[in-house]
Amino acid sequence: MTRRDWALMLTLGGLATVAGIVLCLMIDWFPGQGADEAKQIDTLYDVLLIVSVPIFVLVMTVVIFSVWKWRAKPGDMSDGEPIHGNTLLEVIWVTIPTILVTGLAVYGWIVLDDIEDRKPDTLIVNVSGQQFAWSFRVPKQAGVPKQFATTELQLPRGRPVEFDIRSSDVIHSFWIPDFRLKSDAVPGLKTQIRVKPSELGPHDIVCAELCGLGHSTMRQTVRVVEPKAFEDWAGKQKGSGGSGEQAAVAPDTHTLADAASISKVGAVQ
Amino acid sequence: MAFAAKLAAPGWYRAALSFPVGIGIGMGIVVLVRALYGYDPLFDGNAIVTVCLISTPLAFLVGIGCFDYWFRWASGAATIPEDHSGHGATSWRDYFKVNTDHKVIGIQYIVTTFFFFILAGLMAMLMRAELAAPGSQFVEPNTFNGLFSVHASLMIFLFIIPVFAGIANYVVPLMIGAPDMAFPRLNALSYWMLPMAGLMMLLSFFAPGGSFATGWTAYAPLSTDTPLGQQFFTLGVQFAGASSIATALNFLVTIITMRAPGMTFWRMPLLVWANFTTSLLVVIATPFIAGSQFFVLFDRSLGTNFFDNGSGGDVVMYQHVFWFYSHPAVYIMMLPGFGIISEVVSANARKPIFGYRMMAFSLMAIVLLGFTVWAHHMFVSGMFGWLRVPMMITTMLIAIPTGIKIFSWVATLWKGVIHMTTPMLFALGFITMFTLGGISGIMLAVIPLDIHVSDTYFVVAHIHYVLFGGSVFTIFAGLYHWFPKMTGRMYDESLGKLHFWLSFVFFNTTFGPMHFVGIDGMPRRVADYAEQFTAMNVFISISSFLFGLSFLIFLYNMITSWRGGPKAAANPWRAHTIEWQVSSPPPIFNFDEIPTVVGGPYEYGVPGAVHAVFKDKAKAPAATAPAPAGGGGAPPPVRTE
Repeated sequence: MTRRDWALMLTLGGLATVAGIVLCLMIDWFPGQGADEAKQIDTLYDVLLIVSVPIFVLVMTVVIFSVWKWRAKPGDMSDGEPIHGNTLLEVIWVTIPTILVTGLAVYGWIVLDDIEDRKPDTLIVNVSGQQFAWSFRVPKQAGVPKQFATTELQLPRGRPVEFDIRSSDVIHSFWIPDFRLKSDAVPGLKTQIRVKPSELGPHDIVCAELCGLGHSTMRQTVRVVEPKAFEDWAGKQKGSGGSGEQAAVAPDTHTLADAASISKVGAVQ
Repeated sequence: MAFAAKLAAPGWYRAALSFPVGIGIGMGIVVLVRALYGYDPLFDGNAIVTVCLISTPLAFLVGIGCFDYWFRWASGAATIPEDHSGHGATSWRDYFKVNTDHKVIGIQYIVTTFFFFILAGLMAMLMRAELAAPGSQFVEPNTFNGLFSVHASLMIFLFIIPVFAGIANYVVPLMIGAPDMAFPRLNALSYWMLPMAGLMMLLSFFAPGGSFATGWTAYAPLSTDTPLGQQFFTLGVQFAGASSIATALNFLVTIITMRAPGMTFWRMPLLVWANFTTSLLVVIATPFIAGSQFFVLFDRSLGTNFFDNGSGGDVVMYQHVFWFYSHPAVYIMMLPGFGIISEVVSANARKPIFGYRMMAFSLMAIVLLGFTVWAHHMFVSGMFGWLRVPMMITTMLIAIPTGIKIFSWVATLWKGVIHMTTPMLFALGFITMFTLGGISGIMLAVIPLDIHVSDTYFVVAHIHYVLFGGSVFTIFAGLYHWFPKMTGRMYDESLGKLHFWLSFVFFNTTFGPMHFVGIDGMPRRVADYAEQFTAMNVFISISSFLFGLSFLIFLYNMITSWRGGPKAAANPWRAHTIEWQVSSPPPIFNFDEIPTVVGGPYEYGVPGAVHAVFKDKAKAPAATAPAPAGGGGAPPPVRTE
């Protein structure tokens, strides 16, 4: 290893790191940012990219450089230098990754606490998954004069929402990619996600957990509107007095054989 | 008379007879029990198939002859003295018998598992054909769900896990200087359970209602509520799991008790360390998946309520039990590959493995930590929230021993004399892609990001970077590396390199873009997708077909080289470990004389260093004629510089 070799390796490695980070940050990875939570998660992802690129480049630089520099000439029967290890180096490559992942874990924890935080003036929406459609029941609360059920949900922009998610048959997963949030809908459990929608317009709702024949068609949309428009819309909904949690859902009588016919219809819009 | 004798002797005639016998027993049990209870109808198709799925494979194992010795012994009859006729193979027919030779069993394992690998790969390409455009093209959604379920199950339970057992079966006894595995008959039984498991999974396609279609994860309550095909998975896994556990026990006993004199734990090659640690994982973890599937079976067939929340069952419990096996299973599928890479990198870089002891310690660390991370698969499952952060931390910590391994292989290259043989190319390709898979693994461990990308194509990309770019590339590296030892022939180096480059390029163009569509919002396990993902999916599908075609080069190379490749020398790679100090292929009983281990396994470049000696030097064939490829056959201790 001459001084020139080191310079070459470090320069190329440095350039590749910078180029890799720039490239990774330029890529438009995510769908639209539909909620405040999405911004935090996207930033977290950028940080993960910035930490990851140098590690990958480091490994690749040393591999490629070694192969280029120490590749055996044809007929070379010699052995390499018998280096059995280097304690300092080994301590370094235990310490630095430990620090990095600890940092990332703490950062991840902080973001997690933030996005799951209970906020005042939260709009409660009960979500129910059923093969192969989502249905919603919005109980009476501020801005909602009476409880109603719907399959075409609207949400007010800027008001925190809590989805209380249930399932009436198998496991589904309630995912709104624009909000970056999902939670399984589990029979017998109530799961929650909290989100503050920030972007007007329709956002996809996708089932992310394999739930049977019609799994890939279990897609709907939620529309985010201005708070005023939401209150108008909520006021116009026909009330559903039902007290049961599954009021919005048809009685759980069908079997999977029936479900097959539902799947042919496609997404319930 | 001759025919009656053939029917009575172990072999295929008796095995063929065992099928109707097994089905008859299964049917008989069901009818008898239903008659006793007064159930109507007496013939219940689902019940009969379920019981037959247990009785028929067992009857087959008896028929083919796996239990003959033990039955005689148990019944007090005279056991047939071991005449070693079950050792070695002289024609292809010998591979279709119950054979107790670890080398024959190793090849049985490898060929069988590659058979299932090809089928599972074809299923993947059929899925990619379906996904080449949104909407429904070739297969019904139910068939599609079946395809990815069977694809994953075969790849995991019938390819990656057992092919490593196959390679280790062949290599480990030779590496530690043992004449065979500790329990050769158990070894044969372990092998013969596998084709049964695979056959059951394949036959599920013929079940009414189609094959099992709940993913290889078979989450309850979907799996307790689907047609009969699910039973084929539930019970197939039991046979694959039993095979896996028996083999692991065999490895543990072999490695602990049968090492050559002088081979301390700190003189074991890292492949032996890798299989030792893997076997610990298998023995401790596999009973959990057996349990989870038995619970599903009982819920389906016996009316228990493990996962029926309406009757006090707990849906999330399934996932805890399942992942308590299935996360360690990822390491079961990775650690043996780590061992292969250590052998290949040190021999081809002509250098001792950098930080040998840390390499062994990091394997142990992965075993321990591997049992503390299972719930990172469940961050959005609705489990109690407090468990998520500890699981995120342990998941990230497991990157540290894994990182040690990556950095140590890379440091082993430093100042080496690097021979870019086909196994070395696969090893370096592995390091590249496994690093990427590790990085996406760290990302998945960060809970807020995982909430977005779990159950998406990002996870599909990650798992294929880890299990194809990771495990399967190490399998290719290992097969090319030990091909001369196993067959006594050299493979075609140019075709091997072509196979590597095509695999490497098309692997990345197939699975790389899946990261993008996953983050962008495409869920996994869907037969149909939103229009916006079309372009990317077309690209992925075309890449996957080319990727599939590149495998044909490997197949052609292996078959033609095995039949007519140039004869291989005992030690074409000039490696130090013991398996290379005997002829290629090795003698039927491995060693005419048990070697004595006198030093570490990777003392390349150390003047006069030897790993093992045979007292009678003349008998050691290592110093014979030069090898036709991959370098000369110089005796390992000599430094020719």
